[in-house]
Order: sequence, then structure tokens, then C-alpha cells
Amino acid sequence: MRLPNIARRWLAAIALLMLLLHLSPAHAGKTLDQIRQRAQLVCGVSTGVIGFSSADSQGRWNGLDVDVCRAIAAAVLNDPNKVKYVPLNAQQRFTALQSGEVDLLSRNTTWTLTRDASLGLHFTAVTYYDGQGFLVPKRLKLTSAKQLKNAEICVQSGTTTEKNLSDWFKAQGIKVKPVVFEKFEASIKAFFSGRCQAYTTDASALAFIRSKEAPKPDDYVVLPELISKEPLGPVVRRGDDEWFAIVKWVIFALIEAEEYGITQANLEQMKASPDPAIQRLLGGAEDTGKLLGLERDWAARAVKAVGNYGEMFQRNVGSASPLKLPRGLNALWNKGGLMYAPPVR
Amino acid sequence: MQGRRQRELGIQALLAAALLAVLWWLLDVTAANMAERGIRSGFDFLTEPAGFAIGESLLPFDSADSTLLALAAGLANTLRVALPAILISTLLGTLIGLGRLSTNLLLRGLCTAYVETLRNVPLLLQLLAWYFVVTDLLPLASEALQLTPHVFLSKSGLSLPWFGGDGSLIDLPLRGDMGIVGGAALTPEFLALLLGLSLYTAAYVAETVRAGIQSVPRGQSDAALALGLTRAQLFRLVLLPQALRSIIPPLTNQHLSLTKNASLAVAIGYPDLVSVANTTLNQTGRAAECIALIMAVYLILSLLTAWLSAWLERRSGRWAERS
Ligand SMILES: N[C@@H](CCC(=O)N[C@@H](CS)C(=O)NCC(=O)O)C(=O)O
Repeated sequence: MRLPNIARRWLAAIALLMLLLHLSPAHAGKTLDQIRQRAQLVCGVSTGVIGFSSADSQGRWNGLDVDVCRAIAAAVLNDPNKVKYVPLNAQQRFTALQSGEVDLLSRNTTWTLTRDASLGLHFTAVTYYDGQGFLVPKRLKLTSAKQLKNAEICVQSGTTTEKNLSDWFKAQGIKVKPVVFEKFEASIKAFFSGRCQAYTTDASALAFIRSKEAPKPDDYVVLPELISKEPLGPVVRRGDDEWFAIVKWVIFALIEAEEYGITQANLEQMKASPDPAIQRLLGGAEDTGKLLGLERDWAARAVKAVGNYGEMFQRNVGSASPLKLPRGLNALWNKGGLMYAPPVR
Repeated sequence: MQGRRQRELGIQALLAAALLAVLWWLLDVTAANMAERGIRSGFDFLTEPAGFAIGESLLPFDSADSTLLALAAGLANTLRVALPAILISTLLGTLIGLGRLSTNLLLRGLCTAYVETLRNVPLLLQLLAWYFVVTDLLPLASEALQLTPHVFLSKSGLSLPWFGGDGSLIDLPLRGDMGIVGGAALTPEFLALLLGLSLYTAAYVAETVRAGIQSVPRGQSDAALALGLTRAQLFRLVLLPQALRSIIPPLTNQHLSLTKNASLAVAIGYPDLVSVANTTLNQTGRAAECIALIMAVYLILSLLTAWLSAWLERRSGRWAERS
């Protein structure tokens, strides 16, 4: 145990208060200057969701959300390793971003109106289209979430998950009982000890929870229903439009790179491609970097660090990873999915 | 004399006004800064539908009810665990405190060991341990243990018959597909919290009681015994009335800490006030408002307790004079 819960919450509250009393607003471009000055990007991530953001035994961070941080560090600082990761649980994440403790929140966070319009934050782009699902023990022989009448369902607080849960079952006219935990570990521990008949969260996280946290993965199944839309993506503070644009466009560049077939491996050859769009993206033709306050080769650096979006996906959560999640909604728009980047032009 | 009193009153009023002005200024700056950063503020969310459910609640609560009602349900849940825990910890703590003064070596040793162990392990750890021990040991809800015809024990807790909600006189727990349905359940979250808080606080109560009794000069015991009082009489007529005066203030402090410690509930899934306020905070994003509300509620609870303590002190004083 680190600091007791209460102490942490009070510290967060005090930090928030100090921020609120701090008079000067964020200046445009300030974030980029600060990052350059300290030669480090500070990225808020989860406390451990394999595939998205988790630290290995040597303390190295991995995952799709982590790769976003690395790509941005590469574009901004020319070094994907110049990132400090700050693990944040569901509850701490927005306060940490508001108070300036992190430059960027890249942590399986759902884009919703309330969050986008009232927390003083901006969602930048969607890096993973997810939906909320249910994990249940096989012995209950359930085939649909509609059979969860009177069930007790374990869930972590501070998530969209909590509200979706009561919305969906209300719409179905079914009564269920949430058992709400503040900490992720406690919530899954309670579920695997048999306290609840179901666990609910984003389907992508369920895949990891089943394969990595279950005592016997085969004793559990994920039910077919997805009860919500969970577009996940990085978030920045309001008041710094330049930084907002940088984060957004690095992500778009990774998606465009996949569309043009630019990979980590063929990047150098691609730099010689006659295709004007590829030339532009990689900094061979006009200088898009200066529009963002970055160097000419910003996008090429990002791809060099983490590959294109498709490579990031396969390596962290897709076929080349233990999670083996299908591309599904996260395929490119021209391959039947929703991943679509505005043109880098 | 008159003039001095008036001057003092004047100074006090000025101080109070200054304090209010500073508070007002802080609030104003905070609100302005939040607005500037695009952070919405205000208490309007209290009357909007909560949108989330509460697992167990004394007050009937539905997700369509207002956020204010959700917070009230949370407060009711806090009191539901804190009041019985205060009772249990006081009784148990008194016994253990007396045990520490016992002439029986074994009893004294056991009581000392209890106090030292419970006081030196962080409460959060104790709660987690109780919770996971309780949930690990109990049978699955689908294989609930039937204690008597209508009492079941399982990972879903202790299910008891309860007053019927809609029309029926009594609501009996029965086996269903998902475990036990109907009746009232004392959940593992509630039981672990009640147990953890009671046992932990009992250790502090024991110390308070022991110190209180030891604060009565030894000479009095010797004198009373010499006068031919029995040990029971000595305790009831001499020690207790005097000890109570020094026990009550620190004891109410313990009760207050217990109520505040109940906010660790969120770690083990019990929906107390802080847990509900946290959910509200996260759903609405009104962090400053929710934290202010929690602070206000605990402040009121503290003031109430202090007032109750003062009243008890006065009464025990009178009692001491009478005997
Ligand atoms: N996408 C949802 C849920 C995200 C979330 O926090 N999920 C939990 C459960 S998988 C989590 O990541 N917990 C890990 C942690 O708290 O560090 C949201 O934005 O509210």
C-alpha cells in the first residue's frame, strides 16, 4: 500500500484547489515549450490494462495508449523514450490533467459530452472504438446479458461503465445490483473470488482481464452484447490550441501512414516515393511541421518510433498480441472500419 | 468592565467578518478561474437525475432519482454502518480495557496483544483482509448455505426475511437463478466494514478506558476497600463516575474517527457517502463542489458529536456529584 486512500484524495483535492486559485490561464503554445524545456513528455496512463498501458517487470511501459505517447515524444522531442508515465486510476485521471500534473492523458478514456464540455478538457481523436461488455463465469451457463436479472455486478468507480450499466438494464426493465470499487485490482479480485455474477467494463479490457487475471481463463466467457459506445482517445487541457493540434495530428498521421502503406520497416524507401501525398506526410515536399510548430519530419519520426496505426494495433492488442482482438470497428474506413483521418495536407 | 466586554465583542465580530470576506474572495477567485479554464461549476447537478444505481441502500433509491437523494442514501449508508460500529466498539473496547487492568495474567496478556496488534496494522489493510477473507470463505451465491428455512449465507451476504415492499407483509429470501432473491441482505461489504471498524476502534477505546480508570488516584481505591466496599462497589461507586469524566472526551473522539474512517468503505465496495460522492464527482465533473459537500457533511457530523459529548460530560459530572 502506498499513501492511504484518504490522504491521496485529499492531496488531489488540495492540488485541484491550488490550481483553481492559480491565476494565470494556460498560454497558447505553453505546453510545447515546457515539454521542450524539460526534454520530457509527461503522459498519464492507467495503472495497468494490458494492451493499452501496463508496465512490465522491468518497469517498461507498453500498449496502444503508451505508443501514442511515444509517437508524440518522437514527433516533438525526436526521441520516443523521453516520456514519463504517470499511472492514474479511473478517478484520478481528469484531476491530474486539469492540474497540469500530466501534459496528456492517454488512458482508455471514453469521449463523452460531459467530459468534453465541462471539465476544461479537449478530447483529441479516437484511437480505439470500444463498447462495454460483460464477463461471466461459465458455470452460470449464460448466453446473453439479458439473463442477468437480479445479478450482482462488479464495476470500478469513476468510469462511464457505472452509468451505462444502470442505463442499459433500466431500458431492458431488468434489476441488477452494482458492487462498486474504487480500485481496479479490488474490483477484479472480488469478481474472481465469486462475489459477483458478472464483471463489466470496456470489452477490450475484458479480453485482458479474462486472459491475464482469471485464475483459469477457460472458466469465464464474455457475453455477446456490447451495451454502449466507448470511443477511447487521448485528452488535453483546454487553453492551448497548439498542443491540442499537435496531439490530434500525430494520431491522424499514424492513421494516414497506414492508409498509404507506410510502415516502420519501409519508411526509408517510402521517403523516395513519387506519391505527393506520401512526400507531404513524410516531409519530403512542403513543410507541414512548421504549421504545427514542429520539425519537418515530425510524422516520419512518429512512424519510425511506433509504426503506423495498424502496426500499433496488431502489436499491442491485435493478432500479434496475447489479446488477439479483431480489428473490427478499428479497421481503416476503406477496409470496413471507422478509422478515418482528415487529410494531412 | 462593560467597555472591555464590548471591545472584545467588536474584535470578534471584525474577525468573523474578515474570515467571511477571505472565504468569499477564495470562492470568487476559484469560480472565476474555473470558468476561465472551461470547467463548469455550480450545484445545479444536485437536482438532476443521478443516472447511476446504488447497490444497497436503506433509503429506497432508483437511478432516475436526484443526485441529492443519492447522496442522502450514501449518508444513510454511512450512518447505518457507523452507529452499530460505535456501539460494538464501545462495548468491546470497554471489556478489553478492563481486561488490561485485570489481575489475571493471561487475560491481561491477551487484551494487551489485541490492542497492540489492532492498533499497529493500518485500517485499510484490515478492511481488505476482512473483506477478502469473508468473500473467499463463504459459498457461492448459487450454493448458498441455508441456516434456517429463510436465512441464507453466501458470498452475497446474509439474507434475512424483511418487511415486504409492495403490498406483501413479509419478503422472504428464496433461491433464484443468480443466487438469493428477496429479503434483506447484510452484504459482505457491510459486514467486513462493520467488523473492521468495530474491532479497530475497540483497541483505541480500550486504551481510553484503561487510561481513564488509571487516572483515578490509587489512594481512593485503597481507601474504598479499607472502608469495606466490595470490588464491584468500588468500581461502580468510586472509579467509574470519576473515570467517565476523563473517558468521555477522548471516547467521542474515537467515535468521530470511526465515522470518518467509514469512508474507507469505497475500497471494499460499500456505497457510503464518500463512495456515492465520488461517483457523482466522476459523472458530473464537479470536483470542487463534491469535495465541499463531503467536507460540510463531516463537519456537521463532527459538531453534532462534539455537542453530544459535551452534554454527556455534563451529565456524567452531575452523576459523579450525586454518588
Ligand atoms: N472507458 C471507460 C472505462 C475506463 C476505465 O477506467 N476502465 C477501468 C477498468 S478496465 C480501468 O482501466 N482501470 C484501471 C485503472 O484504474 O488504472 C471510461 O473512460 O470511463
